Amino acid sequence: MYKSWWKILSVVLLVYTFTAGILINVPRLPQLQETIRNLFFHVCMWFSMMILFTISFVNAIKYLRTGKFIYDISSRQYAAVGIVFGLLGYLTGSIWMSYTWADPNNPAYASFSSIAREPKLIGAAIALLVYFAYMVLRDSIMDMDKKARISAVYNIFAYAMLFPSIWILPRMLPSLHPGGEGNPALNFNDIDSNMRLVFYPAVIGWALLGVWITTLKIRLKILKEKKLIK
Amino acid sequence: MSSFRHIYTLFKKDLLLELRQQYSFYGILLYICATVFVLYMAMQEPEAKVWNGLFWIIQLFICINAVAKSFLQESRGRMLYFYSIAGPRDFVLAKLLFNSLLMVLMSLLSLILFSLFLGNPVQKGPQFIGLVLLGGWSLSLVFTFLAAIAAKAQQNAAIMAILGFPIIIPQLMLLMKLSNTVFNYSNSIPFVTLLLIIALDFLVILLSVILFPFLWKD
Repeated sequence: MYKSWWKILSVVLLVYTFTAGILINVPRLPQLQETIRNLFFHVCMWFSMMILFTISFVNAIKYLRTGKFIYDISSRQYAAVGIVFGLLGYLTGSIWMSYTWADPNNPAYASFSSIAREPKLIGAAIALLVYFAYMVLRDSIMDMDKKARISAVYNIFAYAMLFPSIWILPRMLPSLHPGGEGNPALNFNDIDSNMRLVFYPAVIGWALLGVWITTLKIRLKILKEKKLIK
Repeated sequence: MSSFRHIYTLFKKDLLLELRQQYSFYGILLYICATVFVLYMAMQEPEAKVWNGLFWIIQLFICINAVAKSFLQESRGRMLYFYSIAGPRDFVLAKLLFNSLLMVLMSLLSLILFSLFLGNPVQKGPQFIGLVLLGGWSLSLVFTFLAAIAAKAQQNAAIMAILGFPIIIPQLMLLMKLSNTVFNYSNSIPFVTLLLIIALDFLVILLSVILFPFLWKD
């Protein structure tokens, strides 16, 4: 029981996110109106994605330092779940966007090419492409030991190159996306204090859920490996 | 001190190889000429923005072709030999140095060919040459390390493109943004962006020196 406290915390926080996130009083801004509630879902997806990729990066470093196979498995699984969260981030973002940015006179997909230029979207696309490439690289190597080592090296290299650029680039290009200056949704004046009461727990809840899913996947993978060895 | 000598010797070895079997140098040269000629056939005098975009994309492809062979040409036995006489750090630094030189040369050549065939919309010549050198250097650094990964994975240059394109996009965007300013006298070059590119280059060198020893072990 003492080990599963964080799983319970995750469920409690997410239940709180869904009820309070839909019920609390939010400021009604022009353009945004009620869609602002998507902040508790859309932004949290990106936060969780970054947290999961960071854990994957740390596991890659640990693998290179110790050579223990468990770190390689963790590194891969955290990257995979991070990709899922990234895709969910795009999904929630596209719902939000179609009510706020898209031209209401045309169907939403007609505004695609002008919206796809958004620096934040480019940054997220780069992040996802890097981790897709990581998966391709892993699958292209047969030897297990070599696969683990080379993909760990790529993981570290890509992470170290990627994150400065996706934090710096959006601040240098013109953007419609909120949070151009400073850290999106973390700024003190950015969001209503009422919403912050839901937003911070939501980030923690979603990130814990991601970690939980990944630990299950890691355990499954270890069982499969054991079966192979037998 | 001996480290410098190692790097110098390995660098000289690559240079001598290049000078003796010139097919790779001429191969890349021919690649540049053919590409620029095809572009010339497709569009005679593109406007400045198109010119800029085409120029950097061509640089990217030249770089992949020029750098890809640097690790692929070393056979297993030869790698083992290098392993016994030099450290991995010296080895990767020598490769980075050699590829930087190669790519800087190729960038200059392609700039000359571009301005001959496709017209020259650049108004601030010296600044643009500086930018081209910096850009060629940045591209060569990133792709040298990726070539090492691709060679270790026993894959061809295609995987290099898959691994490298997402990583290089931010640098390429910064370079294009910088070089968009040279088409007009009134624009000044943003200094912070320039510094950012140089900082990223040093980050790549640092990462290669740290990570290459792990790739090298077999």
